[in-house]
Amino acid sequence: MPTLKINGQDVTVEKGTTIIRAAEQFGISIPHYCYHPGLSIAGNCRMCLVEVEKMPKPQISCHIQCQDGMVVQTESEKVKKLRQHVLEFLLVNHPLDCPVCDQAGECRLQDYYMEHGLYDSRVNENKVKKTAKAKPIGPTIMLDSERCILCSRCVRFTDEITKTGEFGIFNRGDRSEIGVGKELNNKYSGNVADICPVGALTDRDFRFKCRVWYLQKTESVCPGCARGCNITIEANLERPQHGGGERVMRLKPRFNDQVNDWWMCDEGRYGYKSIDHSRIDQPLIRLDGAVRSVTWDELTEQFIKAFKKLKIKEEVGILVSAQLTNEELYLTKRFFAKDLGVERIHLMRNYPDGYQDDLLLRADKHPNRKGAEWIGFTENDKETKALLNELAQLKGLIIFGQDIVSLFPNQNLADAISHLSFSAFIGSNHNQTSELVQYVLPAASYAEKNGTFTNFEGRVQRIRKALPALGESKAESEILMMLADKLHLDWTYQHEEDVFNGLSRSVSQFQGLNYKKIGSQGIQVS
Amino acid sequence: MEKLISRFFDLPSSLSAYKKEGGYDVAKRALEMKPAEIEEEVKRSNLRGLGGAGFGCGIKWSFVPRNTGKPIYLVVNADEGEPGTFKDKYILTHVPHLLLEGIIIASWAVGIHKAYIYIRGEYELPYLRLKSALDEAYQNGLLGKRILGSSFDLDVVIHRGAGAYICGEETGLLESLEGKKGFPRLKPPFPAVVGLFGCPTVINNVETLSYLPFIVNRGGEWFAKLGTEKNGGMRLFSVSGHVKNPGVYELPMGITLREIIYHHTGGIRGGKKLKAVVPGGLSAAILTESELDVKMDFDSLKAVGSMGGSGGVIVMDETTSMVDALRITMQFYAHESCGQCTPCREGTGWIYRILGRIVRGKGRLEDLNQMLDIGNYLGGTTICALADGAQMAFLSYLKKFRGEFEQFIRDGVPKETYAHA
Repeated sequence: MPTLKINGQDVTVEKGTTIIRAAEQFGISIPHYCYHPGLSIAGNCRMCLVEVEKMPKPQISCHIQCQDGMVVQTESEKVKKLRQHVLEFLLVNHPLDCPVCDQAGECRLQDYYMEHGLYDSRVNENKVKKTAKAKPIGPTIMLDSERCILCSRCVRFTDEITKTGEFGIFNRGDRSEIGVGKELNNKYSGNVADICPVGALTDRDFRFKCRVWYLQKTESVCPGCARGCNITIEANLERPQHGGGERVMRLKPRFNDQVNDWWMCDEGRYGYKSIDHSRIDQPLIRLDGAVRSVTWDELTEQFIKAFKKLKIKEEVGILVSAQLTNEELYLTKRFFAKDLGVERIHLMRNYPDGYQDDLLLRADKHPNRKGAEWIGFTENDKETKALLNELAQLKGLIIFGQDIVSLFPNQNLADAISHLSFSAFIGSNHNQTSELVQYVLPAASYAEKNGTFTNFEGRVQRIRKALPALGESKAESEILMMLADKLHLDWTYQHEEDVFNGLSRSVSQFQGLNYKKIGSQGIQVS
Repeated sequence: MEKLISRFFDLPSSLSAYKKEGGYDVAKRALEMKPAEIEEEVKRSNLRGLGGAGFGCGIKWSFVPRNTGKPIYLVVNADEGEPGTFKDKYILTHVPHLLLEGIIIASWAVGIHKAYIYIRGEYELPYLRLKSALDEAYQNGLLGKRILGSSFDLDVVIHRGAGAYICGEETGLLESLEGKKGFPRLKPPFPAVVGLFGCPTVINNVETLSYLPFIVNRGGEWFAKLGTEKNGGMRLFSVSGHVKNPGVYELPMGITLREIIYHHTGGIRGGKKLKAVVPGGLSAAILTESELDVKMDFDSLKAVGSMGGSGGVIVMDETTSMVDALRITMQFYAHESCGQCTPCREGTGWIYRILGRIVRGKGRLEDLNQMLDIGNYLGGTTICALADGAQMAFLSYLKKFRGEFEQFIRDGVPKETYAHA
């Protein structure tokens, strides 16, 4: 464990630690462009140069490893001058088009100029013309070559992380340009916009929707598959005109070295559209061929009345989804199984199996199967299918979220559902199934509620409410609490955290856990 | 004065001609010596790396770890891209077998069974000569399995470059040889430890290797005595520019620049006065008349703020415009910068464009100080030494000929001189 001095402070670090990492550990930030902790060291931007005593030349702190007795200066006059000049060099051929650049506000050139530059421009020469201006290089990414500082992060990402090798640096000297040898169309392409420190690679989905300083950021977890990548939901609530009424502007991966490192897949990244589109925003009752929007009070009243007419043990089936949070699953179980005595509650299998790889993507497109299992739902595909086949013998069916009509197109489910004497759908988005049932209970999306998911490795992670629930929709736990109220059940839960505390008392895997302990990085249970 | 390498320049390049002069006898003897003995002899010879860096050849070999379980490679740098340098071209064209003999000696000394010769792409005739020498060597048991009747195997592969100056930088060369873009590597690790294909690698210049047969034949001490302290032997100076007899001159390390120009190459053509000299390839700081008595070894040139470099001597007489000469010099670096490191990528081009504006008659006096400031931050901060070389050359022009630059900016463009600007 070498001990060295950084800016006069004694620091001891693991052998092999680079200066930039050591400094970071002790709260000293060294500006950098090409260095990224998830990628190999390129050492080309020269922004992280520091002075190391006894070394004749300034050294790049991303590459030089700490040695015992080293004396490092990261803020000397010489270092400051070096940074200023590196910045000046970087901007010689940069278009300085910040007013029309979508990166503005989260651009390392802007940020570092304000922090380390602040010189007067003295460039009198024409800029070197680069070829790619606002050029789509794939379905997700736009390339703007003249803004590029050639840090090669994108090249290293596609070489080392996705191993798809789309990017390369073409030409040389100040004519160098980033480019793709083939269309950038891999499962993780969106990440290159995240790691691009400037406006060279921007996200085609996000471009020009909203200035980044208007975004409100909320920590959450992607519900797109069983991995549970940590994300930040970035929403624009103050200026609805900017996003054409959409609230969520984009999702960004959030670092978690136990789950997703710095990355997320495109499927998850662009999967947020369902939060603001095709939503069910009011309770609906569909009886005698007519649809009425009703108040929650009327809906719950009617729902309970109709439900009570059924022989619960024999005639009712419930399809539960691993899309629900631990809290919701716990309440579902408590309400329908324990309090009402429903026997046929099935956790639906993942239909159809999705794409899976060694990086992040999991075949199971549900974020909480592990949690569902812990709470006592076991998927039994045979029984689920049997239940769907025997719908004619059932009288009542409650479906959580899943669009069974389109999942099983050959089974003529639409007809069967239409003939049930009681059918209900609890979910956030319209689909073929929700169009058939009698009672439609609009649920909040994952971005509009609190709760926890347990990923496939047994890590319990929190999702947080980033937005108010759209229209009249409500979180499933709240819906279940309302139904319980109608039945005068003696529930004392106020919100999701209470439910979680109940869960941690009664389900062994959650024992001793609470929201605070889970924190922003989650807790590994098994 | 005795000639070593250059003695062969007037002879045919064939194996039979080379053998007539005792060719490969030394290699045969070397294969009977202990490898460590050869390394010692080379250390004693003070043979410096003659590609440009001037690093002690024997010391370089001693950095190579011998017991990693990985093969050790020899990479022969025949990329000779430093402007003003053409001595390796002479060796490759006129005496390729001398290089091959040197390769055998170095390979035996370090325990190498595979050598790659990375030859500059533009060298067509040198390549053809080298290729036929290689074929001859294989046909006559000088390369391949059990060479020269010993139990030693050695294969040599020729790889032609594609025309980038940066691929003469040793790690840029390795990348290129591995099939990648010629981007110099971060160091450490140094190629001696992690080189070609991740294996320990010796990289030596053509000329350096070509002196090995002489050193093994006549002893390191003899070679060392030909030169100055710590700068063994002789070297091939490529002399070009405004001298009467440009060409390759093999002279002792301790020769002065004045002797080279006025005794060996016949002085300045047309009786003109000397204005400036590049002593060691384009990247070396230029010297003026008052500095001509400097000895041409690495340490003496370093002491006067220039460098021995590749031994390329470019002589400029009084008719030369230093403004235009510098513009062309900077055009070279801007064109050849690989583009990895920010200061080099942007700085070389920026200075070149300012110089272009000055030459077009749009210069301002404040451009000079601005260029100096840019130039000061060009070198010393990058992965490889390209920017260091650009910086050294650039600053020397501007500091030693500032008056000429100022005059140029003030008085405008003398039309007859700058027609092509």
